[in-house]
Amino acid sequence: MKEWINELNSFFSANQVLTEPADRYSYSFDGSFGEYLPDAVVQVKTKEEVVHVMKTANRYKVPVTPRGQGTCLSGGPLPVKGGIVLDTSQWPASIDVTPDDLIAVVSPGVLTASINQEVEKYGLTYPPDPSSAHVSTIGGNLAENSGGPRGLKYGVTKDYVIGLELVTPEGEIIKTGGRTIKNVTGFDLTKLVIGSEGTLGVITKATLKLVPKPPAVQTLMAVFDEVELSGKAISKTLTSGILPSKMEFMDQASVQAVENYKPSGLPVDAAALLMIELDGRAEAIKAEVIQVEKIMKELGAKDIVVPKNEEEAAKIWQARKQVSPAIAKIKPTKVSEDATVPRSKIAEMMERLKVIKEKYNIELVVFGHAGDGNLHPNIMCDKRNEEEMIRVEQAVGEIFEAAVELGGTLSGEHGIGTMKAPFMEQELGSAGLDMMKRIKDSWDPNGIMNPGKMFPERDQKLVLRNE
Amino acid sequence: MNDLKTLQEKLQYDKTFDCVQCGYCLPACPTYETMEKETHSPRGRINLVKMAAEGKTSLEDLEEPIEKCLGCMACTTVCPTNVQYGAILEGAKETLEDNKEKSKRSEKTEEFLFRSFFPSSKWMNRLGNATWLYQATGLQKVARSLCLTAMAPLHLGEFEKVIPSQPSPSKRKKRLQRVEPEGTPAAKIAFFTGCVMDSVFFEINQQTIELMKLSGAEVILPEHQTCCGALHAHSGKVGLSKELAMENIKAFEDENIDYIVNNAGGCGARLIEYDHLFEEGTKWHRRAKAFTEKVKDISEVLVELDALEFSAPVEKLVTYQPSCHMTNVQRVTKPPRQLIEQVPGVKLREMNNPDFCCGSAGVYNIVNYEDSMEILNKKMEDVNKTNPEVIVTTNPGCLLQMKLGVEREGKSGEVQAFHLVELLMEASPRPKK
Repeated sequence: MKEWINELNSFFSANQVLTEPADRYSYSFDGSFGEYLPDAVVQVKTKEEVVHVMKTANRYKVPVTPRGQGTCLSGGPLPVKGGIVLDTSQWPASIDVTPDDLIAVVSPGVLTASINQEVEKYGLTYPPDPSSAHVSTIGGNLAENSGGPRGLKYGVTKDYVIGLELVTPEGEIIKTGGRTIKNVTGFDLTKLVIGSEGTLGVITKATLKLVPKPPAVQTLMAVFDEVELSGKAISKTLTSGILPSKMEFMDQASVQAVENYKPSGLPVDAAALLMIELDGRAEAIKAEVIQVEKIMKELGAKDIVVPKNEEEAAKIWQARKQVSPAIAKIKPTKVSEDATVPRSKIAEMMERLKVIKEKYNIELVVFGHAGDGNLHPNIMCDKRNEEEMIRVEQAVGEIFEAAVELGGTLSGEHGIGTMKAPFMEQELGSAGLDMMKRIKDSWDPNGIMNPGKMFPERDQKLVLRNE
Repeated sequence: MNDLKTLQEKLQYDKTFDCVQCGYCLPACPTYETMEKETHSPRGRINLVKMAAEGKTSLEDLEEPIEKCLGCMACTTVCPTNVQYGAILEGAKETLEDNKEKSKRSEKTEEFLFRSFFPSSKWMNRLGNATWLYQATGLQKVARSLCLTAMAPLHLGEFEKVIPSQPSPSKRKKRLQRVEPEGTPAAKIAFFTGCVMDSVFFEINQQTIELMKLSGAEVILPEHQTCCGALHAHSGKVGLSKELAMENIKAFEDENIDYIVNNAGGCGARLIEYDHLFEEGTKWHRRAKAFTEKVKDISEVLVELDALEFSAPVEKLVTYQPSCHMTNVQRVTKPPRQLIEQVPGVKLREMNNPDFCCGSAGVYNIVNYEDSMEILNKKMEDVNKTNPEVIVTTNPGCLLQMKLGVEREGKSGEVQAFHLVELLMEASPRPKK
């Protein structure tokens, strides 16, 4: 056994350091691609334990990859250089709400949905709502700067974090930000750490900003014969003085997939669907619904559905939720992207995606959070078909290129991780990427903190094949 | 290479690709909750099966994670991509079972247990006649032969405390094979008696027949029925399990019956999936399909016949512990609750997370005693918060486990555990006028 594992074993209790093959394999994957075997998994439950792991790892120069519940779609928790997987998912949950300050202080292993459940008792809400909120830990959300459908109105995770406690790669505990909404003291290290994908340290505590829970919501669904019109409808709505809480898009392929999977009465001949949610005071929403209906009609919506009760509305959102499983029936392997473009470019991006689909002869389905330009082009393929996977790799590369060319970004909410690292320079330029790297090197002189993520290695290419 | 291909087929390798590793199953899995490791989660287990099928890990590495799965199927209810976890689990169990080197003696024990013991009504009756668990210490040998690394003692004394007193052998013998209702029968029902149910809970079976009769049904007990085969399948003996299925299909297709009714969630789950055992398009598949279409839980049939009224109020605070196999395989969740609420006087108070397994899971609580008790402790926390006078269940395993839970909390004087049927009988049911 390696010396550093012995050292960890002598500090931790027997069930906290896992080195059996079955356990190591169980922490070798996440919700994305690739499989990398760690040498050991350490399940930490206190910040002192994290300090000990980091100090040991730093001394022996062993890579450390933090991991929440492993729902990541970009490879953040994959131990690509082996070493230690630092599992925070078993950290005892603590949610300390101070309603008068509109904040909650949480531990890293808390499930994101639990935060909402807890703060709702005070009439408050924590708006970021990644689809995986009921499974994913807040620690993972913070590291990846997760988004979700409500990003349109409320922003993403980073917009709700005002303070952090962090263990640095060298094993020091630092605090960033604080408990106040306004805080301009020094560099904003909080924002730097959020979304750094575990490359700068291990988050051990976070202070989150809360907002009042909107008293009412109303859903609408608009049906379009042309994708372009739906794109225009999005822009028109957003410039009319209304800010919906959600504006979701489904293309024909995803509508048809859902109807084949679990029919919920969606129009299968529609070219595009927009699902909209308005939130706020009941009186205000009433007026806004009329206005949105008018806009949709003016732009040629074929049909507009306004559900009369919660049940009918739930049915629409249920259909939206079924997209992922439904398209998984097309082919078993799902390459889920989150390329994001400025809202005025949605229609153009859709056009580019259509061309890519035909060029590479791939099963490409598009849905997503159209209101903020965050599309989810999903390519359905079969991991076992190598020839197909090569085509998919090329298509994904071209999707990234298209997004960046249109003034967008590689990732709206999933992160860079392993898959998008080769494209970083394209978006940031070489000087921009170099500056990020310098920051990383000064935080982590031995390069042990989640190595192999975000920064491409020499000649690194996108690979979706295991062998 | 060819070997790997055979292994992949056996391990249901192709089905593992349906898992997109989203992790939505994690919060639903009781063993992930208590064992706190991905290795003991559905996603982790599916991944390990895949790794073993690709020759990356050994079957030995797969053994503990598979053995420690309760098979409660809660993961299949929440899975967004409909992964056939049950098939993957059974495939893994069968593969492990086939690859095990066993001593002559343990082979003989298993041969006896699974071929003669569970499927035999004679043995089951003997078992019921007072000391079944002691006789069943053969299970210890099974557990040993399964090479469980941390084998706990069987704690049989614990279970013995909670076994109800048994009817005399003569009473068992006197049971009628056919029961006619008053007037023209509203339905013709074949009753699946089950093995553990019929031995340990013979009285509940009698009450079940009575309820169907009071609901206006003609009830028959096909003579050649046998064990449903669930315990066999869960122990990796798929071949034997299939043989039992064929026997049952034969036994129940003689007469023109409307329903095949059972009162044990675990058995029902097995019966309702008999068609999965045969290849589509074959004669046996058709016969199995005809069988499964008639399978119903007692609660479903009572709600459907809707012919009972209850004359004696039961002034009790009740909480309901649904059987996992009723919820996650048979997908029967409403009828039992409807029936509980029909009982006058009863106040139903739902516990938090009722769908969390109680840890009984076939013979899991015997072969994996410590792990099972960890899960039971979690369950009892939620049960206790409702402060019930009665815990209602719909499966013999769950019933014994809840009785054990109450006993362990030292509350056997205050809290009772009932099968749903017992609760209904407490309320003096009679035909609606």
